[in-house]
Amino acid sequence: MHEIRITIGHASFRICSAWPKVIEQLETYYAAYPKPQIVDFTVRLEAISLLRRYIRPSVMIDGDFMLPEAAPLPLEQALLGAEMGMNLQMALGWYRQLILHASSAEKDGRALIMTGESGSGKSTLSALLGNRGWRFMGDEFAFIDLDSGFAVPYPRLISLKNQAIAAMEQECPNARFGPLLKDTPKGDIRHMVPPIDAIRKMDHSAKPAMLLFPRFGFDAEIYDILPSEAFMRLTHASTNFVALGEVGFNTLTRFVCEVPAYGINYQSGDEAEDMINKLWDKL
Amino acid sequence: MKKPIHHKDAWLLVDCLREPDRALRLNDDDWNALISMARAEVLIGTLAHRLKDKKLPKDIELNVKDALVKAEYKMRTAMWEVDCARRALASYDGPVVLMKGSAYGAMAIEASKGRSIGDLDIMVSEGGLKQVEELLIQAGWEWVKEDEYDDAYYRDHMHELPPLIHKDRDRMIDVHHTILPKTARPNPDAKAMLADAIQLEDGHYVFMPEDMICHCAAHMMADGDLAGGLRNLWDMHCLLTEFSTAAGDFWLRLKKRAEHHQLWDAVHLSARHANALYGTKIPTDWMLWTFFDDWIQKRLLARNSIGQQTRKFLRFGFYVRSHWLRMPPLMLAKHLFIKWKKGQKK
Repeated sequence: MHEIRITIGHASFRICSAWPKVIEQLETYYAAYPKPQIVDFTVRLEAISLLRRYIRPSVMIDGDFMLPEAAPLPLEQALLGAEMGMNLQMALGWYRQLILHASSAEKDGRALIMTGESGSGKSTLSALLGNRGWRFMGDEFAFIDLDSGFAVPYPRLISLKNQAIAAMEQECPNARFGPLLKDTPKGDIRHMVPPIDAIRKMDHSAKPAMLLFPRFGFDAEIYDILPSEAFMRLTHASTNFVALGEVGFNTLTRFVCEVPAYGINYQSGDEAEDMINKLWDKL
Repeated sequence: MKKPIHHKDAWLLVDCLREPDRALRLNDDDWNALISMARAEVLIGTLAHRLKDKKLPKDIELNVKDALVKAEYKMRTAMWEVDCARRALASYDGPVVLMKGSAYGAMAIEASKGRSIGDLDIMVSEGGLKQVEELLIQAGWEWVKEDEYDDAYYRDHMHELPPLIHKDRDRMIDVHHTILPKTARPNPDAKAMLADAIQLEDGHYVFMPEDMICHCAAHMMADGDLAGGLRNLWDMHCLLTEFSTAAGDFWLRLKKRAEHHQLWDAVHLSARHANALYGTKIPTDWMLWTFFDDWIQKRLLARNSIGQQTRKFLRFGFYVRSHWLRMPPLMLAKHLFIKWKKGQKK
């Protein structure tokens, strides 16, 4: 067994694997991240059997918290396995902040939170803004501090899917990209190392200033979203809202009452960026 | 690239549960190992309760708090489910006995602190099964297993109905009429267990202390492959410690009751293993140790510092044993054959 320890935002992981090359790969892409001593979670990328460690090697995602019937991945997709393993630990073991399944970016010390279904473009938009003057805070989870109400970053490797891959390759030709993972259970995936300032400032929280519900592929439109609707939608986008009980309820209520929410429909990244800047300037 | 396996068994976890002050002297690697093992054995909530008032490293303190929040949430949900069952079964005349975690939670005894509770387990008289089943179905519970063989197997040979799941809350209930499969060799006196059960304020019943211990032991030693054994053994440790303070001749009463249920072997075995691992105070003449006890202890501790299970062959051995204990050989052969054939079809 080999291991690597990494810190992402406030969270830290120990990832163990029987394959040294899996750990080497993680070391390459997580090179700029701090390496902690004590970790919050352990993720294991194991062979489904001794035989399958060598022949048609297959990765089973395991760890402190796991789901009983998770499907194994081919070894080439180990980077995705690590990502899924880390997500699972956060979803099942993190209760110190309210978890929102959302991307986020910061400008002038204030945070923009974007949430929506898979395919809404929230990850891509956060990566795009991160290359256009904003600080990238995270493409998967945004955490809301239970006391201050601030958004806490989680700038892990950006997980680009399908069309977003080509779009970001063009947007950031000098960024570091992982191998192209074709036909994974989540479609084509390519990881991208976030901009260095996003990693350096991974523990800098920011006061949330705007909540967006982007939808990719519809005619351009901006519309208001009431706090009540934002609340209902975010309860579905949170993995620990129910478990946090009263504290979670108070945190989310405060969030939707203080932070204006909009829906935007868009056809391209440039179009979305214009709309976001227009809304941001009016704050 | 470090090689992270520096503990090959779970003694570290057991030691820290028994004497939480030991945790104060751990180095960083040991902390990582301790937390991983505790999560893998689903004892993290229990460990968090044992550690919560200690001076801990900052990173550990946050994880301890997370574990406490999660445990409280699980308990809240479990007690809500207990109340849902109470309302669904209000018109049932006989006693409804809460079992295991739900019982400990409803009584708020030591064993419940930080304990994870999964399904709701209840026991009613065999004669009352039909009515209880109907009432639960009226209240929104549904069958999980559609398979005819499994359904018939449960009804003919098991100590419980096939599991029911609530259609809105997605929570499982196991309705028992005794504490071991009908085909298992020990034959506990379920009638006496129901007759001597104690009523709680909310109307539910729990087993009297001796029966609660018998059930815990039966569940661990006579009906399973010892997966999750450290957790069950912690229950046993808490029950023995808390109930033995009651009256003078507790141990004698426990032994008599266990013999009556044909569960003395299981109770004795669990008690001496709780003593060996968690330091449970038991009578000196209960402290016998055989060759087989070494293997049980090795099986209980089969967990390394990154949370993996170890001792694959030993675990398989106990798995085979669990089936062996559960049913007579011919029936086991038939059962495994049918299960194998079904596996082939899939």
